[in-house]
Formats: sequence, structure tokens, C-alpha cells
Amino acid sequence: MSEKILMKGNEALAEAAIRAGCIRFFGYPITPQTELAAYMAKRLPKIEGGVYLQAESEVSAINMVLGSAASGARAMTSSSSPGISLKAEGISYIAGSDLPCLIVNVQRAGPGLGGIQPSQADYWVSTRGVGHGGARLLVFAPNSVQEVIDLVFDAFELAEKYRIPAMILSDGLLGQMMEPVVFPDRAPVLLEKPWAANGHRDKRNKNIINSLYLQASELEEKVRQRELRYREIEEKHSKASEYMMDDAEYAVVSYGATSRVAGSAIDAAREKGIRVGLIRPVTLWPFPSKQIFEKSKNLKGILAVEMSSGQMVDDVRLAVNGNCPVNFFGRTGGIIPTPMEILSEIEKMSKGDIK
Amino acid sequence: MKTVFQKPRSLSDTPTHYCPGCTHGIVHRLVAEAIDELGIEGRTIGIAPVGCSVSAYNYFNNDMVQAPHGRAPAVATGIKRSVKDSVVFTYQGDGDLAAIGTAETVHAATRGENITVIFINNAIYGMTGGQMAPTTLEGQVTQTTPYGRDASIAGNPIRVSEMLATLDGPGYIERVAVDSPAHVRAAKKAIKKAFETQIKGKGFSLIEVISTCPTNWGLSPGDAMVWLRENMIPHYPLGVFVDWEKEENDG
Amino acid sequence: MVKNIIFAGFGGQGVLFAGKVTAYAGLSQGYEVSWLPSYGPEMRGGTANCSVVIADRPIGSPLVINPDVLIAMNKPSFEKFAPLVASGGIIIYDSSLIDSKCDRDDIEIYDINATELSQSENLKGLSNMILLGKAMKVVGILKDKSIEEGLVKSVPPRKSELLKHNMRAIELGKNN
Repeated sequence: MSEKILMKGNEALAEAAIRAGCIRFFGYPITPQTELAAYMAKRLPKIEGGVYLQAESEVSAINMVLGSAASGARAMTSSSSPGISLKAEGISYIAGSDLPCLIVNVQRAGPGLGGIQPSQADYWVSTRGVGHGGARLLVFAPNSVQEVIDLVFDAFELAEKYRIPAMILSDGLLGQMMEPVVFPDRAPVLLEKPWAANGHRDKRNKNIINSLYLQASELEEKVRQRELRYREIEEKHSKASEYMMDDAEYAVVSYGATSRVAGSAIDAAREKGIRVGLIRPVTLWPFPSKQIFEKSKNLKGILAVEMSSGQMVDDVRLAVNGNCPVNFFGRTGGIIPTPMEILSEIEKMSKGDIK
Repeated sequence: MKTVFQKPRSLSDTPTHYCPGCTHGIVHRLVAEAIDELGIEGRTIGIAPVGCSVSAYNYFNNDMVQAPHGRAPAVATGIKRSVKDSVVFTYQGDGDLAAIGTAETVHAATRGENITVIFINNAIYGMTGGQMAPTTLEGQVTQTTPYGRDASIAGNPIRVSEMLATLDGPGYIERVAVDSPAHVRAAKKAIKKAFETQIKGKGFSLIEVISTCPTNWGLSPGDAMVWLRENMIPHYPLGVFVDWEKEENDG
Repeated sequence: MVKNIIFAGFGGQGVLFAGKVTAYAGLSQGYEVSWLPSYGPEMRGGTANCSVVIADRPIGSPLVINPDVLIAMNKPSFEKFAPLVASGGIIIYDSSLIDSKCDRDDIEIYDINATELSQSENLKGLSNMILLGKAMKVVGILKDKSIEEGLVKSVPPRKSELLKHNMRAIELGKNN
């Protein structure tokens, strides 16, 4: 399919996952990710071996993913913020069992039941492993429907290469919007999984998928090995894109849907003669710290913009490490910042209003 | 020399960590014998719970996955749906299955999920040191019911087999006990039948095994068997609650 | 060129569909496009709406706040969005259902009795396409052929017999 078609972010994500070889989906209804599950429910029963199952809870859905992934299948679930809280336990076990899978979070505003409008307030919880015990997830933050498709492939492949769970951190805006997309002619890279618990068939020793280690030294060694993989991922797979950064004196750092609005604000600021550009983290873990650190050496100021009260800005400040001041602007509750609001913050920063 | 008794092939050489007199060892053996006799070890995946039998993954020779507390039926579902010819069993205690994992149990049953659940009911939480379980009997003293379980405060014990038998999904449900050689033989038959139910695609199967916990009951292994017989079986009557074969024959 | 468009009305009036046809029409003319619906049960102020952006360069925000073009299909939408239309912008509204007035002199306002026309012309439920036809004519970016392609892409194959009614409704809008 090389023709450009219009697709909602949620549906494009589902189709991309199927094309990436994921035909096992376990979900539970929640707005605003509904179209994703509905798309899977329509498509998967028509595919040989395809499994769509609506679980009795988010808790069960993530544990079905655990089982499916343990058996060596490419498996995924999708939810929105309150549902991700429920999945936290399973995600920790999946990480502790070194299982790859994909978790989609189409974020909505919180805390609690919150609202159903877009938000980015799950940055902290996503980039800090979601569940207990200090694990990591690969976290991808697309900002267009086309990029959603491309990152789904990356997410599965890196997750399986490093045996860690991956998350696509989307939001209500990206999930609901339609944009023209082209599905790439990309065959999924499928690795052998000799560790899978799919029955030893009398051909190998038994496999155990497990996260329990009662010997402290054994567990510490396990954690240490995982840390080594984390370091390698940080080294090789952090990703950010830049816009108008070549001559920039200032930068906006923003990801996902918000970065789209920031882009419009930057265009408007450029028309006013302000030399500002955009650094957009595409991976949130690993965070593109090095890239931001290098850029920040030549900047007079950075403005972090998020749909939260300020979460990613923590990582920006850590990355910048004092090289330049870092301001923050955010909207919450499901309100999407406007280009005018961001422009006004850029203007303030360029006039020396640094907090 | 003629071998008259040996360890089932699908049971590993790892010494178990179970307390003296614990009936987990008996039930592990019965499960392993059934796997051996049906010749399914190579395509069997077992799910270990959270609780005393958490380390079951070390004791069986088939592939094993350790599940979060109560989630074994969901994990089993994920495996069963992904590996079509697999035989999948969960091995769960009463806290795991009937308290924290009630939703997973009920929904796997009502879906008719083609898995086998081995449910150990010994009326107490063993691993954490003897707290009240959902199956603790009225008046039973535990660490968290030091004056005996008072139903007006702590609720009533759950009869899992009877509850699940009201659903349309299960193919086979039986309650057995392991307090006597005759009961152990019946338990073996039931466990094998449960696996056969799965192999034949007849839906969810569950064997509730009335078991002892001498350590946390504060009884000798022998006295624990007597206590089981006198207190648990009257509340948890043994028998078959769902049998697909009988239903088919009755047509 | 960037055209920010809002289609707004009651749920069920075909607001989202009209937006989709427009987005597909823009796509077939080689433009960048985006379509974003209001979602959820609480549709503020009793309106369903969608933002459509058509541009000749990558689209920033897909959420339209100050539309260049507003197509209003009911009174609450008109009252909510008319004050937000960008200076120099255009409003096209259904005068069968909207009796409100907007006294802004920095925008162009067009009306068409779309609902009445749809009933008298046996095009029930297609007032959205009548308004879209009118909008096409006054905005003048999208060609007839693009709109037709947009319709073909937006109407599911099993309902293809509806294409000709939609086209007739669009024609009606253009000529009234």
C-alpha cells in the first residue's frame, strides 16, 4: 500500500502493529484508546493465529500479554492513563522476567479518573518504569500519525533485541486525529527466542520465565545484567529530532502532540526575528540527554513545553546540567497549549525573562 | 533388580522447600504422574502462583512461568491462546485463586478457557505465616483471626467449586482431598481427567484439592489430616460439580 | 497557504464526515492535511465539531482555535465559534436552523437554508454536503474533482449508491 490514506492515530498504530507481526492483542475498553482495540477486534480474527481478547480488567489484560510474551509471541495491550496504573504490576513483572512486549498509553488528563482530553502527565511514570522495583521501558513519543507507524516497528524490534517492554506514549490528540499515512514496505525483523516457554518438545531443557530471586546476590546480579543492557540502550538508541536549530539562540524542548503546537509557535517567533528552534525527544527513555547537553552549550535559554505541570522538564534540566536556563510552560486538565501561548513564552524568554 | 516405584519423569530432582507433612508434595506428584501418563510434558507449560508453591517452577520439568499474585489464569490464557497445541495448567493456593485472583479465576472459567487449574485449598495463607484465607472456616483461628473467624466481621468462607459450577464455561470441576490413600487415588484420577478435558478441548477444568498446612494450623501432620477430615470436608464436600462427559452422555 | 477550518453542529448532522471529505479532497490535491474531532460524551455546549487543516507545508497544531473558515450547522456552534473566527475569515452557516446574528465586520458571512433545501430537494440528512458545496465555492481552494475524490474515499464501498446524492447536495450548495 503505497497510496496515502487518511487514518486516525489509534487505527494506524493498530495496523502498524499487525504489519510488524503482532497478532496477539489483549485489552480492556477505555477512552481515548478505543479505536485501537476496535480495529484489532475487527482485523485479528481474520488473520491465521490472530488473537483479540477483551479481558475482564486491565490487570488481566497485561497478564495475558505476560503469558503470550513468555510463550515467545509478539504481544501487546493498549490503554489510557488510569488503565496504565492498573497495568503497573504486570509491567514490573514483565520487566523483571525480561520479556518483550508493547504497551500503548493514549494519555488522558489525571490524576484519578481525571478527564478524557489529551495530556502528557504520565511522563514520569512511563520513563521511570511504571511499576515497582526500578525497571525501565523503552518509551517512544511519536508526534504524527506517520511516525506512530514507524515507531511501532522500532518498538517491537528493540524490545525483543534487549528483552525489555516497550511503550508508545501517545495522547488523546494523536490518537484521535487523522493524517495522511503511507505504510512502509518494511518486513518485521523476528529474532529466535530460545528462552520462550512454549513447551520444550523434548528437544531442549525446560525454560523458566520468572522474576523471583530469593538469594539477594543472585537478584543483584540479575539487576546488574539488566543495567548493562539499559546502558547500551542509552548509548545507542536515544533519539531526538531538531527543527530550526542551526542558528538557534533559544530552543523549545517538547514531545508528542505538544511539539506540533510548539512548531507553529516557532514559525511565528521566527517571523518576529527570534532565533528559536525545536528539539523534540522521540525517545523519552532513553532520553536524548547528550544531544540536549551539546546543544545547550550554545543556547541562551530553553523552554520546556508539556501538557503537564512539568515532568519532562526535570530530564531537560538534568541534561542541560546548568549550561543555560530552563523555563517551563504547561497546560493541564486536557487543555492543549495554543501556539500563541507558547509564542508568548518564547518572547518572554528572548527578552531575558528567565525563571 | 526391578523398579517398583520411581519419581515421575516430569518432576525434577530439585528438593522441595515445603514443610514436613505439607501436602503440596503429594499434589505435585499427582500432577506430574498425569503429565507423564498422558505423554504431554513436551507441550505443557505450567504457571506458578504467588504463595507457598511459588517455586513450583523449580519442581516440574516442563516449561514454567511464574505469575503475579492471583493472575495465573490470565497468564495461562495468554499462553494458551498463543501456542495452539499447548497444555497449560496453573497451580494456585486459596489466597491466590480465591482472594486476589477471584476475577481472573471467574472470567477464565466463564470464558471456558481451555486450561487446567489445580487449586490447593488449605484454608490458610501459608507463605506469609498463617493469615486468614478466603476459605478459612468460621471460628478457625489464624494469625489475623486470633479469636476465630467471625463471619459478621470477616465474611464467610468461599466454596469455589460450587460457585464456578454455576457458570457455563467449565468442562470439569471436582473437589478432592489428599488425607487418605483412597482420597489420593481419587485425586489422581480427577487431575488426569482435568488434563484430558483440556486436551479434548472441553473447556475450563479445575480440581480443588482439600489440603493441610500442619505448620500454620499448629498441628502434627497426622493430626492435620484428622482436622481436615473433621472440619474441612463437612464444609467443602468432595465430589464432581461439572463433568462434560456426563453432560454429553445425558445428552 | 494554511487554511484552518472548523465544522461544527449537533452530533448526527454529519459534521465529522464533512470534515473527512474536505481533508481527503485536500490530500488528493497534494496538500498536507489533518482532521481532529472533538471526542467523548460531553461535547461542550451541545456541539460536535472537527478541526481540519489544509496547508502547503507541514501542519503544526491540528487543533484549530481561530478558524479561517467556520461551517456552522446549529445555533450553539455558531454562537461559540463565530467570535473565534480569524480576522479576514469566512463563516458559512445554515440559516434554516440558525437565527443568530454576528455583527463582526472583519469577516465574510454567508448563509444558506441548507436543512430546508435538503428536505425540499429530497436530500434528507445531506445539509452538511450542501453547506460544504457553498463553502467550496466561497473559499475556492478545492476543485470539484478533488471533492468528488474526497467523497469516494470517505463513503464506504457498501454505501456507494449514496455518492450521487452527496454530489447533488454539493452542487446544490454551490449554486445557492
